[in-house]
Amino acid sequence: MDLFQLQRRLVDYRASLYHEDFLDEQFSQLQDLQDENNPDFVVEVVTLFFEDSERLLNELAKALEQPIIDFKRVDAHVHQFKGSSSSIGAQRVQKACIAFRNYCEEQNVEGCLKCLQQLRHEYSLVKTKLESMFQLEQQILSAGGSIPM
Amino acid sequence: MDGGCSGDMAAEFGDEPHVLAVDDNLIDRKLVEKLLKNSSCKVTTAENGLRALEYLGLASDKRNALDGTVSKVNLIITDYCMPGMTGYELLKKIKESSVLREVPVVIMSSENVPTRISQCLQEGAQMFMLKPLKQSDVKRLECYLMRCRS
Repeated sequence: MDLFQLQRRLVDYRASLYHEDFLDEQFSQLQDLQDENNPDFVVEVVTLFFEDSERLLNELAKALEQPIIDFKRVDAHVHQFKGSSSSIGAQRVQKACIAFRNYCEEQNVEGCLKCLQQLRHEYSLVKTKLESMFQLEQQILSAGGSIPM
Repeated sequence: MDGGCSGDMAAEFGDEPHVLAVDDNLIDRKLVEKLLKNSSCKVTTAENGLRALEYLGLASDKRNALDGTVSKVNLIITDYCMPGMTGYELLKKIKESSVLREVPVVIMSSENVPTRISQCLQEGAQMFMLKPLKQSDVKRLECYLMRCRS
């Protein structure tokens, strides 16, 4: 695949992520913040998001395994997750968090467990997609091209 | 011309506004820091209210005050929902301080709760901003930051 095709592929791929609500406008905001002083800003923030998310998913699993569930604690974790996913523009993850918080409020264990599963699923999807996107960007840069906006 | 003197002056008073950003969320701290740096601010971040107070020299530990290293900030921007001390509680502590009450405080929150907003504004917050923050939001802070630049 030549440079032009790679760039074309990236543009289309990115568009599909927005179209399918994996990403929203906030992600564009992140891209706009990147500059020559900080050329890896988006990758850095997204990497932080991945690390933090994995930590939160573990905490959530642990909290929901307890014989007596501390729903306030569960909700606090989901609130964090909602915040960070919103800040990077991971819309579907954010929506999953909103649904999760409703079940926390109702102290509904079944609901919470289902939501955790859904959250894992959405997170895993957006992670894969973002990694693919970054890979495409790397390929373009390695081929001596620039990332189309 | 002896550039040494004016150079020191600039270092002393600083051309760049200094903002203290408080947020318990790691990603949000990184985001707000970048947004502010892109607006040519010097940024210090704190992960909770207590750390913020320590930095400002307002911690109950009197040693800070005697130290004399009370940091000068031109603006404080803080998240509302934080464990331990909320942004509102932090705001109150700042406004109670004779040294720091003049520093503008901006509250951020992911939740648009009218009572929360009015409570903060009544307590003396300059502005309430909805998260996630965008570049256009930081532009609205320009008026507080402009005063530092002459």
